[in-house]
Amino acid sequence: MTARIGVVTFPGTLDDRDTQRAVRLAGAEAVPLWHRDKDVLGVDAVVLPGGFSYGDYLRAGAISRFSPVMATVIEQAHAGMPVLGICNGFQVLCEAHLLPGAMLRNTGLHFVCRDQKLRVETAGTAWTAEYEAGQEISIPLKNIDGRYTADERTLDELEAEGRVAFRYATAGAAADGYGNPNGSLRDIAGISNAAGNVVGLMPHPEHAVEPLTGTGRTDGLAFFTSVIKKLVSA
Amino acid sequence: MSDGTTARPALDTVEHAAKTPEAAQPWKELGLKEDEYARIREILDRRPTGAELAMYSVMWSEHCSYKSSKVHLKQFGEKAPQTDALLVGIGENAGVVDVGQGYAVTFKIESHNHPSYIEPYQGAATGVGGIVRDILAMGARPVAVMDPLRFGAADHPDTKRVLPGVVAGIGGYGNCLGLPNIGGEVVFDPCYQGNPLVNALCVGVMKHEDIHLAKASGAGNKVILYGARTGGDGIGGVSVLASETFDATGPSRRPAVQVGDPFQEKLLIECTLEIFAEKLVAGIQDLGGAGLSCATSELASAGSGGMRVELDTVPLRDATLSPEEILMSESQERMCAIVEPDKVGRFLEICEKWDVIATVIGEVTEGSRLEIFWHGEQIVDVPPRSVAHEGPTYHRPFARPAWQDALQADDAGALPRPAGTDELRKQVLAVVGSPNQASKAWVTDQYDRFVQGNTILAQPEDSGVVRIDPDTNLGVALATDGNGRYTKLDPYAGAQLALAEAYRNVAATGAKPLAVSDCLNFGSPEDPAVMWQFAEATRGLADACRTLGTPVTGGNVSLYNQTGDAAIHPTPVVAVLGVIDDVSRRTPMAFAQQGQLLLLLGETREEFGGSAWSQVVHDHLGGLPPAVDLERERLLAEILISGSRDGMIDAAHDLSDGGLVQAVTESCLRGGLGARLVVPDGLDAFTFLFSESAGRAVVAVPRSEELRFTDMCGARGLPVTRIGVVDGDAVEVQGEFTLPLSELRAAHEDTIPGLLA
Repeated sequence: MTARIGVVTFPGTLDDRDTQRAVRLAGAEAVPLWHRDKDVLGVDAVVLPGGFSYGDYLRAGAISRFSPVMATVIEQAHAGMPVLGICNGFQVLCEAHLLPGAMLRNTGLHFVCRDQKLRVETAGTAWTAEYEAGQEISIPLKNIDGRYTADERTLDELEAEGRVAFRYATAGAAADGYGNPNGSLRDIAGISNAAGNVVGLMPHPEHAVEPLTGTGRTDGLAFFTSVIKKLVSA
Repeated sequence: MSDGTTARPALDTVEHAAKTPEAAQPWKELGLKEDEYARIREILDRRPTGAELAMYSVMWSEHCSYKSSKVHLKQFGEKAPQTDALLVGIGENAGVVDVGQGYAVTFKIESHNHPSYIEPYQGAATGVGGIVRDILAMGARPVAVMDPLRFGAADHPDTKRVLPGVVAGIGGYGNCLGLPNIGGEVVFDPCYQGNPLVNALCVGVMKHEDIHLAKASGAGNKVILYGARTGGDGIGGVSVLASETFDATGPSRRPAVQVGDPFQEKLLIECTLEIFAEKLVAGIQDLGGAGLSCATSELASAGSGGMRVELDTVPLRDATLSPEEILMSESQERMCAIVEPDKVGRFLEICEKWDVIATVIGEVTEGSRLEIFWHGEQIVDVPPRSVAHEGPTYHRPFARPAWQDALQADDAGALPRPAGTDELRKQVLAVVGSPNQASKAWVTDQYDRFVQGNTILAQPEDSGVVRIDPDTNLGVALATDGNGRYTKLDPYAGAQLALAEAYRNVAATGAKPLAVSDCLNFGSPEDPAVMWQFAEATRGLADACRTLGTPVTGGNVSLYNQTGDAAIHPTPVVAVLGVIDDVSRRTPMAFAQQGQLLLLLGETREEFGGSAWSQVVHDHLGGLPPAVDLERERLLAEILISGSRDGMIDAAHDLSDGGLVQAVTESCLRGGLGARLVVPDGLDAFTFLFSESAGRAVVAVPRSEELRFTDMCGARGLPVTRIGVVDGDAVEVQGEFTLPLSELRAAHEDTIPGLLA
């Protein structure tokens, strides 16, 4: 079978077409989903791509979380469907309480666009199985509200339960993409829920899927091949 | 405008205007000259109504009518080279170029200089928004933007106000639209202190059959205004801001600057593209400078009939706006479409899907007049061409300034040169670390260059390259360049050098240059010296475009960039669009392979006039700019393109300001590898490193390809000199000095954050 992965478009979503391309390059069918539709067309997994949904004028992701499509996504995520939130999508997942914590304005107060080194912390999620824990990958980062924050107890829980999925890799020079770019607590770049089917991160794996474009690396492709492998074998 | 006894003045209808010929009108306050006002009365055979006066005042402004510049701009058409590539030329929202495989590309560069000084964030943001709508209105999906910027001295306190605001505005708006920002420039010079230049370029892609034009034809077709509501922002922006010199008292005109909403623009883009895909529009125009006045008069003027508009149906953000204000408002994120009656329903449905407000505000008529009504009463009755296309034309006096000879006689070649290797080494660090030559990553890292997933090359590469067809790997390349210092020394040559550099930059990445868009930034046209600069620069650019076979497809003129008597350096910014059949053959700038040979293409002469070295080391501007040899530029480009296509070169970087040492430094830092250089016979180390002779590039060639490549250069008559190898972790000039990459990197990359962060 071919896995069918839905990609949601909210008003103001920017990376939906890029994400659809990444899904296709990884070998699955990309199914466009529209924010006003409750029906997710029977997809096997959902990606919430990056952008500035509804303009993000209130708070990133705050309005999208109440859209009709999200009602279904939340319900199915609780039932175990793999869901990936990238950048604005991560913010939506936090607003929807599928993931804990929130994103604040970057410590530098600027939009940051760079090729970012990440350390994979766990291969135990639906979206990271094809990586190895401890592996270093390089993926574009681009945001202004990317500073992950949560209370100490939540952070301790995330660590204890192995739910920190990615950290900003800091053991190298800034010119080579190392360092915490936005002041995220404990260098957290991405996390998962307890079941491991819901993952959110700020950097953009869909921009690291072809040797010709972006930063010229394909380190992001394994997000999509991970979930496809899981879906196809299921 | 009226008796002033009521809160709102009585409506100045056409009928009322005919009966009250002597009523005083604020033509002067609206920026019109006395003879212009007289001409409006002559055209209408009565005094204009308040609404008509508002329309003429904005449409006859310098910004919209090109009244001082058009006698010079017509050369771009008269001297245009013959080319099959041009599908739509000057005069539309943007030119359109055939890039093969059924694809058409449209691109244009515009200025938003004056608003960006007054309110840097919104000024720059709405500059991006405006140019993106121009591209969208041609029927294209916008695929990338670029921003050539000029600011005052890097260490001036006001630069710290203007630059971060402009950069945040460009990022804040452009990043929200999902358009990769793939290049541009950041240049500092005290001449731009009170007049920063914020130019914005957008490029879009469509299929040939999807080209749309701004014209209203077909009586009975509906006029639909869609997008944001109309508010009180930006009223008179073009006439008040962009067409007058700032006085010395400084910023005070903030209400004339528009306020942008990028989210609304993003919806407008997607909504419009869906409307295009279903072929629902007969004509379309964006609302930018001069707002509804411009859109309605231009659509009607370019079409076959007249137009009737019910102005009171326009959705408003502020219900108290007068009809004159609605006509002049420059509220952003609005478009105007001409739609056949049976397609209106579907058009409105698509707008509803995207939460975009759309309103039928009028229709195309069989007559020849533009008629506008306000609650049933007629307030405008004009021939649309008289508003949109038949504005005044000025033959402004121009004269070579008296100081030009002295400036050119002040030869930079006579400046003291470094006395020994220590001083040479210090000057290299000073130049590559100077604000103009330093890395601009602090700026460009605030722009999204990855979105859409088709960015092949982005700044600091020689040109930005985007893939337009993922199946065939067809792509386009774009570069913008302009050197105000060269142009000040010789406006004719300076404009040609701007074109030559952008052309070379496109070719350096492996793309074939096809067409040009220009943004001509100058001082006050009322100063004969500025007008001479303008006349010379346009003549030079038109001549060079003919020689290089790259027509000007459109662009923009920004005059009055002047505070008091002090004009900016004449700054023509030239954008060149190229096509690359297979983006996998693109040539990057990084030296990334140890042991590859470094070859210098072209000839190096003792040319230092207007150079980075003369500015950084001596704070000097004088002499003549580098000599222009357009045939050499063409040959160099052909070699760079062949070398890329046939896999002979792995890296290329054009030589321009800062000379060879600047180019080698940038390519080494980009690739993380050093270079060992040998000063060629017949040159001294200083000239080798700092000369800014045009028509040159440095390439990195695998050893296996050296002979094939140099044979090709030899056969075609391009001088080629072996100058070293990629090696180690330092830039070493043998017999002179060694600079570790770490030291070069610190000098090159710490400057801008140190000044602005």
